[in-house]
Amino acid sequence: MTGFYTLFYKELLRFWKVSLQTILAPILSSLLYLLIFSHVLANRVQVYDGVTYAVFLIPGLVMMTVLQNSFANSSSSLIQSKITGNLVFVLLSPLSYLEIFLAYISASTLRGLMVGMGVYAAALLFYPLPLQSPLWVILFALLGSALLGVLGVIAGIMSDKFDQLAAFQNFIILPLTFLSGVFYSIHSLPPVWQLLSHLNPFFYMIDGFRYGFFGISDISPYISMSVVLCCLIVISGWALWMLKSGYKIRS
Amino acid sequence: MTPAIEIQRLGKCYGALVALDNVDLVIQPGEFFALLGPNGAGKTTLISILAGLTRASHGTASVMGYDVLSGYREARKRLGVVPQELVYDPFFTVRETLVIQSGYFGLKRNDVWIDEILHHLDLTEKAHANVRALSGGMKRRLLIAQALVHKPPVIILDEPTAGVDVDLRQSLWQFIRQLNLQGHTIVLTTHYLEEAEALCNRVAVLKQGKIIALDSMHNLVHSTRGYTLEFRLSSEKLPSGLQAWPGKQDGCLHSLKIKDSSEIETALSILRESGIQVFDIKLLQPDLESVFMKLMEADSAGSA
Repeated sequence: MTGFYTLFYKELLRFWKVSLQTILAPILSSLLYLLIFSHVLANRVQVYDGVTYAVFLIPGLVMMTVLQNSFANSSSSLIQSKITGNLVFVLLSPLSYLEIFLAYISASTLRGLMVGMGVYAAALLFYPLPLQSPLWVILFALLGSALLGVLGVIAGIMSDKFDQLAAFQNFIILPLTFLSGVFYSIHSLPPVWQLLSHLNPFFYMIDGFRYGFFGISDISPYISMSVVLCCLIVISGWALWMLKSGYKIRS
Repeated sequence: MTPAIEIQRLGKCYGALVALDNVDLVIQPGEFFALLGPNGAGKTTLISILAGLTRASHGTASVMGYDVLSGYREARKRLGVVPQELVYDPFFTVRETLVIQSGYFGLKRNDVWIDEILHHLDLTEKAHANVRALSGGMKRRLLIAQALVHKPPVIILDEPTAGVDVDLRQSLWQFIRQLNLQGHTIVLTTHYLEEAEALCNRVAVLKQGKIIALDSMHNLVHSTRGYTLEFRLSSEKLPSGLQAWPGKQDGCLHSLKIKDSSEIETALSILRESGIQVFDIKLLQPDLESVFMKLMEADSAGSA
């Protein structure tokens, strides 16, 4: 346990020491999104009855921030360690691949949740946000951040250079997040885009998360939970295989 | 007795390149062992396989009786590795680095030992400095400290003195020698052959992935018999009595190969009789460097 805990603590310390960049900056940018979009679209869009656009937007923004920061944490930590070479200290240790995996994912999840809570708390100062079933909120936040933490591990291992990681972020993570219904309900989309949205696992995370706040969602939270859980299991299996086989890190 | 390191028919290929070619090697506990060879000979590959950083293509390797793959946890707990590259984690201080490294090995309270290694490696004053702020030599010492946090019985140092000041090198070796006297097995690679010669009891010489020499330092150094007698003379031409002796010449500087010290007297009397003045005499003993050069030449002649 000490080995796992130490790596987890090291990962936590790593982002905590630069929290201005890893915690405060993402909170600020999410609040700017909220400010601008809610102001511009205030009287034009109403997604759910009795819910203003700003209030509709908040859970999506919170979740988006959680996902992006979880991904950023494990992926950037791994690629930095690979490029500077200090990953060797972990590789020389008796830590098992499972311990390494869990430590990176736990730290990523924690950072995602911290940033998410920051955005949520700040938004609450300005907008009254309902909270129908906190358990769904917590569940989807946990599942989503863990899933993105795992994706970050995969991206960090696969990338050899920073620009490859940036490509992963810009061409996969960002489009999937933006097209997942953060800013809209997919019911407002043409049928083709609705269908495509259903193929996007991020959609289920956002939709289920939002259900926890409003008690309304595009699809049942049970379905969303199942989809997200399945994705998490499959992706984790992939990441664990990579770590176990030493893919790209133990030549 | 369980060997500190046991390697059997170990091989590693990168595509068509054979980095290690069926290497067999046993190192006993308490040895001070040198692993020598030119760049690309396979030294670092061998170390990486022992450390679990690289997977062997075939063969087995174990540390203190634990296989580096199937018993990797036990093997790694018994092994401290100082990597060749000056790597560090810029987020942490010297002390944090060592506390974290201890934690990876399951050691929660390791402060007493950490203080001791900081002291021995002259890093106590830098304990709270960020690793980024350390000089190259200090970073090297921190790497050594990191390899020692879990008191491993076997310590491998890959080029530990590359880029380290001369005086610092001395204190470093003193510390490593002390570790060896305390019973730690030390394996090192170095480009400074005189250091290896002064410190190590046994040597393996690697070339193109194969061990081409494996012997005690004493036997290896004395495997080339004889000495070299170097004269600076008043004449470029050797007297006829010495012209048949094997050797070479550079202007007035003559080097003669001799089998034993009695030949010194013979050479001197021949010179005296022919009236040639001797300005300077040097008797060169065989050293690891000359043996090493010879091994490299002999082997390439053999393979050509």
